[in-house]
Amino acid sequence: MKVLVTVKRVIDPYVKVRVKADGSGVETANVKMTMNPFCEIAVEQAVRMKEAGVVTEIVVVSIGTQQSQETLRTAMAMGADRGILVETDAEVQPLAVAKVMRAIAAKENPKLIIMGKQAIDDDSNQSGQMTSALLGWPQAAFISSITVNGDSADVTREIDGGLEKLTIKLPAVVTTDLRLNEPRYVTLPNIMKAKKKPLEVVKPDALGVDVAPRLTTLKVEEPSRRGAGVKVADVKELVSKLKNEAKVI
Amino acid sequence: MSVLVIAEHDGKQLKAGTANAVTAATKMGGDITVLVAGHQCGDAAKAAAKLAEIRKVLHCDAPHYQGSLAENMAALIVPLAPQYSHVVAPATGFGKNLMPRVAALLDVQQISDISAVTAPDTFVRPTYAGNVLVTVKSSDKIKVVTVRATGFDAAGEGGSVPVETLAPGPDAGLSKFNGQELTKSARPELAAARIIVSGGRGMGSADNFRILEALADKLGAAVGASRAAVDSGFVPNDYQVGQTGKIVAPELYIAVGISGAIQHLAGMKDSKVIVAINKDAEAPIFAVANYWLVEDLFKAVPELTAEL
Repeated sequence: MKVLVTVKRVIDPYVKVRVKADGSGVETANVKMTMNPFCEIAVEQAVRMKEAGVVTEIVVVSIGTQQSQETLRTAMAMGADRGILVETDAEVQPLAVAKVMRAIAAKENPKLIIMGKQAIDDDSNQSGQMTSALLGWPQAAFISSITVNGDSADVTREIDGGLEKLTIKLPAVVTTDLRLNEPRYVTLPNIMKAKKKPLEVVKPDALGVDVAPRLTTLKVEEPSRRGAGVKVADVKELVSKLKNEAKVI
Repeated sequence: MSVLVIAEHDGKQLKAGTANAVTAATKMGGDITVLVAGHQCGDAAKAAAKLAEIRKVLHCDAPHYQGSLAENMAALIVPLAPQYSHVVAPATGFGKNLMPRVAALLDVQQISDISAVTAPDTFVRPTYAGNVLVTVKSSDKIKVVTVRATGFDAAGEGGSVPVETLAPGPDAGLSKFNGQELTKSARPELAAARIIVSGGRGMGSADNFRILEALADKLGAAVGASRAAVDSGFVPNDYQVGQTGKIVAPELYIAVGISGAIQHLAGMKDSKVIVAINKDAEAPIFAVANYWLVEDLFKAVPELTAEL
């Protein structure tokens, strides 16, 4: 079966993010970029399913600027077979992502779409659920395991109180949580091989999708900082501070 | 203007977060209706009817709402939505799973995880693990919003509003609920706890978490964890506090053996008082702590438990 996987290029999660001086957005010039960690887990899952003989082809999709080609190449170095870049310089919000994915799914006809549960830049946590809604497919968000059985899949989802088990009909959209797998490191030979894999570039217009944002950003700011704390010498002093100063116990 | 709040519940009671979503709804304007949909959830509907500030409760009961399957819940909510200016739910696992499906079917760009309402169409939401606050204005006719509980007080109890029965929507038949494995604990839930004791990689093992549990029991606290502790298998996934886990803001948060990655800070830095215990004097967690103790946790935690 064919699988579509999405990847997003984001600011590295270990970089300290700074708001631009004019408050128009976040500083991205000369900032280290990487593949969104949840997308990495999605690619890894597809590759493992291919290695297990469940998946025959992995098509990886990214939406963004020309630089997102690097992210697609990384996914192909991990094991994806080919890439599609939906190239745009505009801000693409989750509803538009879902519309792009619906258009691509109509062309590619995958049996499964694997997406990260959340991009660690805008933290929306919407695109996978929206994609499945627009396709009229089942959804399994925040999964920690998946087993395909013919025309359905058994999944385990991470929920607030523990775990939940579902059986979903295929085709379906699933989104990855942290415990699904541990992504592999890409090797140099695989990076070289990935350079030769096909990468198609299309514009949103060519897919018939209007990606104009529905949300207008009015202000971008840093939250107020906490005041400096106090170092305590021992447990006795800590208990005394909590009782008499903070009055929380 | 009027607001439909989607209640999260366990059939008997409302889950923490629903009452906070109601408070957020009061800032959007108009009458508030609360939808309680589920399987055998009459008691939860009655509990919802006691919420202050609301006008009525819609109660919809059918077997295919067991497990709050997003496909079936969305099919119920979408036809109701055009009667309202806002459709709101808590930004918990429940709301995060369901609401984008509702929004997409309404052709609406959802506003996720809001921490403030500045106008009926304008909201503040944290991004980049809470390091950047963005104020966004929606141009959609219906606003679909999920609410970060720590941004709003929980609505109290008022009198008792009418409960109307709503006919069930269709069963989409796309997915089958096979059950849940819930972590059983006599301690308070993370989302509702006044005090949280949280452990990180420094705990070293699942067994060692017992010393934290002893401290938590002394304080009547919930037990949480960093991603590192969950990934290492010390505790179940539902203990995780952080950017992609639970967002908490208790009166007192005690971080033990947690170094303080930005992804963890994102989940707890709005706590009123933060205590950090770590043997590494350079641990980043100290930057957000009100009180910090540089000591071996295996010495400090039992001592703290004994001292209380």
